[in-house]
Amino acid sequence: MTETAVASADAGLSLKELARRNGLSASGRLPSLPEYTRDLWAYRHFIRAHSSAKITSSLGNTKLGAVWQVLTPIINAAVYYVIFGLVLGGHEEMPNFIAYLCIGVFVFQFTQSTVQTGANAITGNLGMIRALHFPRASLPLSAAVVEIRNFVVALFVLMGIVLLTGEPITVQWLLLAPLLLLQSFFNLGLGLFMARYGSKVRDVKQLIPFVMRFWLYGSAVLYPVTKFRDVLSGWKLEVVEANPLLVFIELARHALLEEAVLANTPTVLWIQATVWSLVVGVLGYLYFWRGEKGYGRG
Amino acid sequence: MADNERIPTVIADDAHIVYKIHQAAAGSSSPLASFKRLTTRSRNANVREVHAVRGVSFVAYKGEAIGLIGTNGSGKSTLLRAVAGLLPVSSGAIYAAGQPSLLGVNAALMNELPGERNVELGCLAMGMSPAEVQAKRDDIIEFSGINDKGDFSSLPMRTYSSGMSARLRFSIAAAKKHDVLLIDEALATGDAKFRKRSEERVRELRRQAGTVFLVSHSEQSIRDTCERCIWLEAGEIRADGATSEVMKEYEAFSRR
Repeated sequence: MTETAVASADAGLSLKELARRNGLSASGRLPSLPEYTRDLWAYRHFIRAHSSAKITSSLGNTKLGAVWQVLTPIINAAVYYVIFGLVLGGHEEMPNFIAYLCIGVFVFQFTQSTVQTGANAITGNLGMIRALHFPRASLPLSAAVVEIRNFVVALFVLMGIVLLTGEPITVQWLLLAPLLLLQSFFNLGLGLFMARYGSKVRDVKQLIPFVMRFWLYGSAVLYPVTKFRDVLSGWKLEVVEANPLLVFIELARHALLEEAVLANTPTVLWIQATVWSLVVGVLGYLYFWRGEKGYGRG
Repeated sequence: MADNERIPTVIADDAHIVYKIHQAAAGSSSPLASFKRLTTRSRNANVREVHAVRGVSFVAYKGEAIGLIGTNGSGKSTLLRAVAGLLPVSSGAIYAAGQPSLLGVNAALMNELPGERNVELGCLAMGMSPAEVQAKRDDIIEFSGINDKGDFSSLPMRTYSSGMSARLRFSIAAAKKHDVLLIDEALATGDAKFRKRSEERVRELRRQAGTVFLVSHSEQSIRDTCERCIWLEAGEIRADGATSEVMKEYEAFSRR
């Protein structure tokens, strides 16, 4: 009896109205930003487990296993040592050019690999996205965490190299900690941005190597930063010197080296670094969140 | 009877689902052909759109078990994913009470990692807390039976037979309680012994869940578990009603 009564009452309603009356919410509705952030925070254990699982599984096929985490940066530095230390024989106007160079290469590579893995974070995990429910930002964040962990290992190798080239350990080395924090935040934002952009426009992946090489030459990694002063002036110089990676690299050199020639005073560099990481970190997160519900479509 | 209330739990309102498939271009994939395609603004041959579900509407009520049937590629799995909110609808809407969970056997896990770490990872991905994972881990491995023939749970998953990994995946997915439960072919995994165990587990999950959707090609499991049936064909609903009637029509159709 009741059934017919309710059924006839239902019959007059549109499906949308019926859903509203019974408090059903649309599947695939975009969660609000605080809601999403809370969800993501609840998934921190998953992000941790997923990133360590990725490190283990990527090295699982090799004989040396986790040793590669240390070996990769050492070999990387060795290549530059052979070319710039032995073959080209240093740089006349730059004291301790090997250490100067290695710092640039390592800090640059931290962001470079985050961009590359970030662009694959969504497209490479479509199976998981279509099968399970979780805040999608977990995937690019986990990819970025992998790179942070690799960079921390690389930092210790880097400190070894810097010591070997005759630099003393000073209190300034402690500045590496806030620098790591700022660059990590910058990278998280950039990784999130690349994850959504790479899932929308797949052709981007073909362009990343070229963009990164351009960025490399614009960040004074392979030559002294003073070179820019010689050839550029006015707003062009300011644009080049505001480059976030150049700022991070300069700050790392400031922390580790005694006589590094910097593009700006450390105070200006710290302000630039903070602004860059806040802007990129927050905007990258917002951009990724806006696309949350579309990632399953591929 | 509590059923008299007829509380809707899932409502699909003229839902359409389109998804894009990126593939290596077949046939004319020379740079010149691609360039011509770009300049003439014709559709990209590398991206194909599949209109998998075309205007599906239904209302599912609390306490119902609904079977989805249809030939291969008729959009059953796609519809389930959309109900779970994993695939976005391109027009129309799907409303659901709480968060429907998809119990699939193909949740991606990492092949290089041992089974026990995959259990942890899978449970965390379903939103369990680390303490819950610790408590359930041994039960899940025990239920999957992968340790019946030696200590397989500490070996990488790539060394498992396909039946073993399917069993482990099902066990992970079935470890959680659900409001609206969506089951995709999960009953067909493993050997006869495991199938019996998993059917029991599904019945148990059904008692706890409000509404169950089941996609299966096994007529027997649909007849056993579902009283209502929706027949999808080419993304459209061909019939929706009592299992015995819909099944009769479907059988007549597939025999043709």
